[in-house]
Amino acid sequence: MSKQIDIKDLDIFYGDFRAVDGVQMQIKPRSVTAFIGPSGCGKSTVLRTLNRMHEVIPGASVSGQVLMDGNDIYGPGVDPVNVRREVGMVFQRANPFPTMSIKENVLAGVRLNNKRLSKAQADELTESALRGANLWNEVKDRLNLPGSGLSGGQQQRLCIARAIAVEPEVLLMDEPCSALDPISTLAIEDLINDLKEKYTVVIVTHNMQQAARVSDRTAFFNIAGTGKPGRLIEFNETSAIFSNPDREETENYISGRFG
Amino acid sequence: MPTSTQITESGPTGPGSAPEAGPQPPASNPGGTRPKAVVRPGDRIFSAATLIAGILILLILAGVALFLLAQSKDTIAAQLSDPTQITGGRGFFSYVWPLVIGTLISAAIALVVATPFALGIALFTTHMAPRRLAPMLGYVIDLLAAIPSVVYGLWGIALAGNLTGFYLWLSKWFGWIPIFAPAADGSVSQTGRTLLTASLVLSIMILPIITSLTREIFLQTPRLQEEAALALGATRWEMIRMAVLPFGRSGIVSATMLGLGRALGETMAVAMILSPGVLTASLVVSGNQTIASEIAQNFPEAAGLRLSELITVGLVLFVITLLVNMGARAIVARTSVKGS
Repeated sequence: MSKQIDIKDLDIFYGDFRAVDGVQMQIKPRSVTAFIGPSGCGKSTVLRTLNRMHEVIPGASVSGQVLMDGNDIYGPGVDPVNVRREVGMVFQRANPFPTMSIKENVLAGVRLNNKRLSKAQADELTESALRGANLWNEVKDRLNLPGSGLSGGQQQRLCIARAIAVEPEVLLMDEPCSALDPISTLAIEDLINDLKEKYTVVIVTHNMQQAARVSDRTAFFNIAGTGKPGRLIEFNETSAIFSNPDREETENYISGRFG
Repeated sequence: MPTSTQITESGPTGPGSAPEAGPQPPASNPGGTRPKAVVRPGDRIFSAATLIAGILILLILAGVALFLLAQSKDTIAAQLSDPTQITGGRGFFSYVWPLVIGTLISAAIALVVATPFALGIALFTTHMAPRRLAPMLGYVIDLLAAIPSVVYGLWGIALAGNLTGFYLWLSKWFGWIPIFAPAADGSVSQTGRTLLTASLVLSIMILPIITSLTREIFLQTPRLQEEAALALGATRWEMIRMAVLPFGRSGIVSATMLGLGRALGETMAVAMILSPGVLTASLVVSGNQTIASEIAQNFPEAAGLRLSELITVGLVLFVITLLVNMGARAIVARTSVKGS
């Protein structure tokens, strides 16, 4: 498990509008990569191209390549459904399926893959995924209750459990803590630290302290102005970005002088 | 005036007077003084207007019920004193139950035929169709609702003639099922104007309402839920099954029940298409009758007790509709999902 991602000359369009221009980066396996930058700079858009989720928006298209261990996910004949089964995603707001129990939520992705699970296998997988998401101890006595009865932070960890239950190669997180209180945020950040032992984790965050705390490498995106495409400004070790950035724009952003 | 107002519950009939000094917790002391919230004139007018509208609905409904009851008193009296006076000669209940069965069967068939189509069309327009085609298709479906039922009736009569061959085929191969059984001499209705034809036309008539309502509900599926399913690697159909249908379940039930209400009460089309007769199990031979159509066909010549009978039949339909709606409410309440 855990794959390396090479992004080569990636341009992203919404219709005729060029949203992101010329992204070039290499995301290492078993590490946490953070995307930071002001609103509208395209960091979420880039994240969503890594599992082809941006295609949900009509008119979206890309040029360039995204290679997962050398295989272009935009190559001819690649089914986005299969890409998404390898690249899990956690969203800004927790979105467990409201009609499903906690257990059914965890198993939702596995059941999609048409795997026939015996009851013992299902129980085992539920436990391991929930343990992987640091949620097992809190919910083990109410696995058959609806997931919507949990707190916001628990729901978000349930979504992480759902994503890792299918054992993806890569885990994408789109501002996973932006709707959570500090204690729940801490729980998720601890979890991200554990997750990088098994997965390639890419996280978009507005919180620079969070990027500094959880990530190994950080990518800073910026936008020249409204209507202009977002660009990758700098991509480096997190420690370097936050202590000694190469570019003045990066320094201005992380020191809070703008954005 | 205090600028910070604590919102306390005040019923629509109890507009607040001057606010009492000091914020008090909404105490649960019935009979005691309850802190009243500040109510602005606009709010008061609006709440009065909605209250009047609400009461008016109840009054109209009660008026209809009372009218039906009052006009039914001759029938009830006849039923109690001498049931043989009533049409058919064996009392009101043996007169009305075939009509009730016919009504329920035709509405049920219409529902069974229309619902899958309606859901399919709604899903197609919301989640499958190309973006340019979808609104046009929705518009066409809504247009179906604007066609007067007399036109449906005329169209149904034309359709009936073309269905006789199909009914013959049904009775030949599926005649062992009672609802497709041919008459004793092996024939089916020569005109095709049977309860099945009427039900099929009804299904087309209730299609737009079910489609429109479910379409609106499917459009409201939270984007987050859809994306959650897609991000797990769901195909479009799997996404619909995981996110769209569970979210819309209670809405689908209420849309279907509205369709059912229309099918139960539809008069003109059925009265035109169906050549009525006694209750028969088979749907491909002549016979059967629905309540609404019975009233419409007999009302012009009715007088005295016969008139009262027909109105009592109407009362029965009223009660059936009420029960159906209450049942639907119960189902909706049980199946509704907290959307996030």
